[in-house]
Amino acid sequence: MKHLTLTAVSLLAAIGIGSAGDVTGKISLKGTPPPEKPIMMDPACGKSRGDFSLPPAQTRFYVVGKDGGLADVFVYLKSGVTGKPAVPATPVNIDQKGCEYTPYVSGAMVGQKILVSNSDPVLHNVHPTPVPPNKEYNKAQLPKGPALEFSWDNAEILLRFKCDVHPWMFAYVGLVDHPYFAVSGTDGSFKIANVPPGKYVVEAFHRKSGKPVTQEVTVGADGAKADFTVEVPAQ
Amino acid sequence: MGGLVTSHGAGMAVPDWPTTYGYNMFLFPISLWKGGIFYEHSHRLYASFVGLLTAVLAVWIWLAESRQRLRWAGVGALFLVVLQGTLGGLRVTLFKDQIGIVHATLAQIFLLWVSGIALVTSPWWLKFSSRPATAPSSARLTYSYAAVTGLVLVQLILGASMRHQHAGLAVPDFPLAYGKAWPATDPDSILRYNQTRTETTAYNPITAPQVRLHMLHRVGAILIYSAVAFCAWLSCRQLGFRQPMTRMALAWFGIVNLQFLLGAATIWSLKAADVATAHVVTGALALLTGAGLVAMTLRGRVGTVTPHSSPMSEPGRDFSRQLSVEVAR
Repeated sequence: MKHLTLTAVSLLAAIGIGSAGDVTGKISLKGTPPPEKPIMMDPACGKSRGDFSLPPAQTRFYVVGKDGGLADVFVYLKSGVTGKPAVPATPVNIDQKGCEYTPYVSGAMVGQKILVSNSDPVLHNVHPTPVPPNKEYNKAQLPKGPALEFSWDNAEILLRFKCDVHPWMFAYVGLVDHPYFAVSGTDGSFKIANVPPGKYVVEAFHRKSGKPVTQEVTVGADGAKADFTVEVPAQ
Repeated sequence: MGGLVTSHGAGMAVPDWPTTYGYNMFLFPISLWKGGIFYEHSHRLYASFVGLLTAVLAVWIWLAESRQRLRWAGVGALFLVVLQGTLGGLRVTLFKDQIGIVHATLAQIFLLWVSGIALVTSPWWLKFSSRPATAPSSARLTYSYAAVTGLVLVQLILGASMRHQHAGLAVPDFPLAYGKAWPATDPDSILRYNQTRTETTAYNPITAPQVRLHMLHRVGAILIYSAVAFCAWLSCRQLGFRQPMTRMALAWFGIVNLQFLLGAATIWSLKAADVATAHVVTGALALLTGAGLVAMTLRGRVGTVTPHSSPMSEPGRDFSRQLSVEVAR
């Protein structure tokens, strides 16, 4: 009987009863952000950027698309997730290229591997600075050396990585205890994939704005839509 | 050197200690001294050199000096420099900004300590060892110098706390603070400050305590400016304008003026590393000058030359003349 029940549950999941949907939307910026600043790099980093054909580096306070879409916003299900989703086996990859972390903002599930690699021909130190009880590390990474592996057990938005050799280098990782998160692209759009049906509170957090915006959504077979507006105060 | 490390945000640029990127620190290839590594690694090498010199000093004093307290002062210097090096290492390996604050403060105390040894072993100090005790008229000066020097030390600790908590630009404008005489520190205001800050190397959001700490440092600056001006005025009044001690007090006031300007320039330049480091160095110089004034008055070298008395009739007259010569050197 027990085996029969388990088989039935597996079958229902397989044929898509209560099938998952995507939460999609767009983040827009309201207001005029402060102008971005050029980042003055040392010659070794300047050369590395040239080798990778990267443009001159600048700050990424508010990366805004042509139609007002805001990039680098971490969007996730703040509440409503039930059960204990499995930790993805695939790691989150962050690279150091042209003396910048790429991507600037990403997401990971607690316990998921985060691999930081170094494509640059220069030394970096990879220095994540989480809030306790998550543990702080500071690891040396040789030019084009093997990737460094990190993972943490507690949710944190956003966990900052820095490099003290090149003090302008930062990356941010949104750590949540489920796999339902996304980061907005250059046009401000995002997609949280395969969300089980149900009611959720979705939160969008932009590092520089610092003020999360939330809304409730009901996810059905067709998913759900959630657009957000992030405001920047007058200068 | 330590000031440069913090000003460049390079305190953690070498993640291991006492090794450097796995190398014996004395064998770390020069070709890898890039970016923040240059500042942190050269700081470590320079610290090792200072440690070596301090060990030589301690042994030398122990063997050559007959004054027992001075011999132990040499041992104390060695203890301080070893403690300082250990704190520097622990700051890196334990990830503690608080240790960085103690490390920065101990650096100032070590500077005072070895400068004190230099003073009491100097020919000038020995030459006047038989002079009479401090005259009554200088007691007020001694207390004033001592109190203000203590205030300068507290200000340096505040400054170190700001630097190691990355609060140097918690208030980015001067002389106003976010356009006001005293900035608001409610959550909405702090959020607004963070939304509009445009630092390129310190992306961590500032907090209300950091803003208050920054403002406390500014209040401390005004207090010290006034207090050192008072000391200079008191010195002129009690000792006369031409007395070397007065000149030193006036130089102290000049240093504090420079320090005030450098503090303002640190903000106006958005904490340019060289300017911020000059601010740290000048702070140390202000502390050292104050401590020097205290030491000399305690030694009873001031004499009793006042505008209301004849310098020729005072017991400190010869000293004053000698001190003029020494200062001129």
